[in-house]
Amino acid sequence: MAEPTETSAPAASIDAALALLKSAGYVANRPLATVVFLALRMGRPLFLEGEAGVGKTEIAKVLASALGRRLIRLQCYEGLDVSAALYEWNYAAQMVEIRLAEAEGVTDRERLSEDVFSERFLVKRPLLEALEPHTEGPPVLLIDELDRTDEAFEAFLLEVLSDFQATIPELGTVKAEHAPIVVITSNRTREIHDALKRRCIYHWVDYPDALRELEIVRTKVPGADESLAREIVSFIQAIRQEDLFKVPGVAESLDWASALTELDCVALDPETVSDTLGVILKYQDDIAAIEGSRAKELLDTVRAELKAAE
Amino acid sequence: MSKNMIALETGDVGHASGGHLADNIVYFARALRAAGLPVGPAQAVDAVEAVKAVGVGPKSDFYWALHAVLVRRHEHHPIFDQAFRIFWKKRAMLESMMAMLMPSNAPRSTERREESASRRVNDALFSGITRPQAKRKPRIERDARGTVSVEEVLRHKDFDQMSAAEIARARREIVRLRLHFPRFRTRRFKASQSGRRIDPRLTLKSSLRGAGGSIDLRFRDKQERLPPVVAICDISGSMSQYSRLFLHFLHAISSDGFRMHAFLFGTRLTNVTRQLRSKDVDEALAKCSSAAQDWSGGTRISQSLNRFNREWSRRVLGQGAIVLLMSDGLEREPDGTLAREMDRLQRSCRQLIWLNPLLRFEGFEAKAQGIREMLPHVDAFHPIHNLQSMADLVEAIVSQPHRDDAKRRLLFDAARFQVRECPV
Repeated sequence: MAEPTETSAPAASIDAALALLKSAGYVANRPLATVVFLALRMGRPLFLEGEAGVGKTEIAKVLASALGRRLIRLQCYEGLDVSAALYEWNYAAQMVEIRLAEAEGVTDRERLSEDVFSERFLVKRPLLEALEPHTEGPPVLLIDELDRTDEAFEAFLLEVLSDFQATIPELGTVKAEHAPIVVITSNRTREIHDALKRRCIYHWVDYPDALRELEIVRTKVPGADESLAREIVSFIQAIRQEDLFKVPGVAESLDWASALTELDCVALDPETVSDTLGVILKYQDDIAAIEGSRAKELLDTVRAELKAAE
Repeated sequence: MSKNMIALETGDVGHASGGHLADNIVYFARALRAAGLPVGPAQAVDAVEAVKAVGVGPKSDFYWALHAVLVRRHEHHPIFDQAFRIFWKKRAMLESMMAMLMPSNAPRSTERREESASRRVNDALFSGITRPQAKRKPRIERDARGTVSVEEVLRHKDFDQMSAAEIARARREIVRLRLHFPRFRTRRFKASQSGRRIDPRLTLKSSLRGAGGSIDLRFRDKQERLPPVVAICDISGSMSQYSRLFLHFLHAISSDGFRMHAFLFGTRLTNVTRQLRSKDVDEALAKCSSAAQDWSGGTRISQSLNRFNREWSRRVLGQGAIVLLMSDGLEREPDGTLAREMDRLQRSCRQLIWLNPLLRFEGFEAKAQGIREMLPHVDAFHPIHNLQSMADLVEAIVSQPHRDDAKRRLLFDAARFQVRECPV
């Protein structure tokens, strides 16, 4: 983990952003480092879209750990509303307070309402927490899988993301002194409205190329045999060219590398590939298409290529 | 403008923070807008700021800085890429690019507008007076019950046998069909006195108003919303008349605030969602026709569904979408893969409804292989050959429970039954 930076600008250049991500174990390419740098510099939310398992969520985690900031995560789901995302009143405690006030004979309505709607009874949810000051600097707010929630919630996010403030009718407007670093991810199961995207720096996170993927495997699965890692990466790269319903992401490559390392493999062979296909392919149709002869063909090509490269 | 371009070409990076480069970025943003990207002035300002922040560096940094601010959709990447290469290379090329982009956008759209305008003039002259829609709705109901009126005949006439005038009337009828579309319960709540759950927030507020009196319970209930609709429509030769009217139907529901995605397929799949969004129905349909190049050709249902499943299902079928698949099921070269694609499609949506004009024939039997492969994988199967059947479809979606709801109800009933059986 890197030293928490003291300056207001966490990364001074694209190279610094690249180094920052690398220091926390994220192997980024230059386009990604550019958008991270811009998001940090311009104080804009970073909107990351891409297939599942390409490392979108990881970017937020890495940013938090590299900058030494707190990570506040809001996992989106259908029906997510203000009371789960921003704040909620502790109703039970409020009711008790009212009863106590009655027992004491308090009849001043104004005072009672001020007492009951005070911060004491406020239950803070992720978005409100992200707007509050933190000792270690503005936190990293991860709004994960925004596409899972509905348009109504997106509209609500507009205020939070453009002005970094939120309104609680009973208390007033809470405004962040220092804007949090916001990372939004989407798997694109539906299109996010342009109004929200407009406020963000957009980036499509793609599958990495062979070189970068190899570096990722080396970084994340240090126990994996070097030649095995090469074979795994080349095989995964080859399988991404196949006509599959869901091609494996980086997460799957890493899982596979760990799985094969656990099985004490030092090289891929057709049987092991067929036996462990479930680690990288998650649809029965896809497994059926690759299993057996096609896996062997792919493996042969991969081996030939690796040999030629040596 | 050309002077500014030269300034950049001669490597005037020294002024990167102001002047010429900023102008050029603004021109570039305008070029992108001409190419169809939704780039506004605010983005242009952001782009200048981004480039300033990145500073002088390799061209790729410049590229990605602009990309980060100006591209908002993955599909726009290739357009940006092309535009970038041309724009930042040569001035002359830029002008030719602008020239290339302009005519392909501007004249065609005006031409279309004229076309639809002429139709509207026609409409206004011959049938425009019968427009007010909401008011007329109860009248058809009465007509349907009463004597055999013109509308009654129209309702039962096959789309394929209609004259041009009848089709025009049918279109106006179609616009009214949207009013009955059903709503589904969501996981969101709204205040409702007849609701079954206590709304703690409202309860507390209202009891405070009474200051210490009784606690006045308030309730809430689940909110309802319109389901997203995904229409996949066959436009092969045998279907073209039906598909055109079906597109009218789709346009009507999409202009009613529905979240709707529409796809056309003959031999290949085309997404016409954006095209259908034009307010004017004639313009929308003209755009659809030019987008899909395989009108009235052959059919490759299996291949088209495969493409849909691969490329679109995960993007448009979220949030419990209803799929309306409009096809006669007459696959040109059945190869046994259709069943698998249909199965996949059914599993990824709330409800898969097959609309088939062939059902109009009494004693219709599923003989064609394509139809036999598709049938086991649909939740409902409906004719769609005249106005009456279109209206029935709307009813059918209401009455058809959600697959999971049906299952849940069965379990619930079974559980209740068991409880009753238990000796006390």
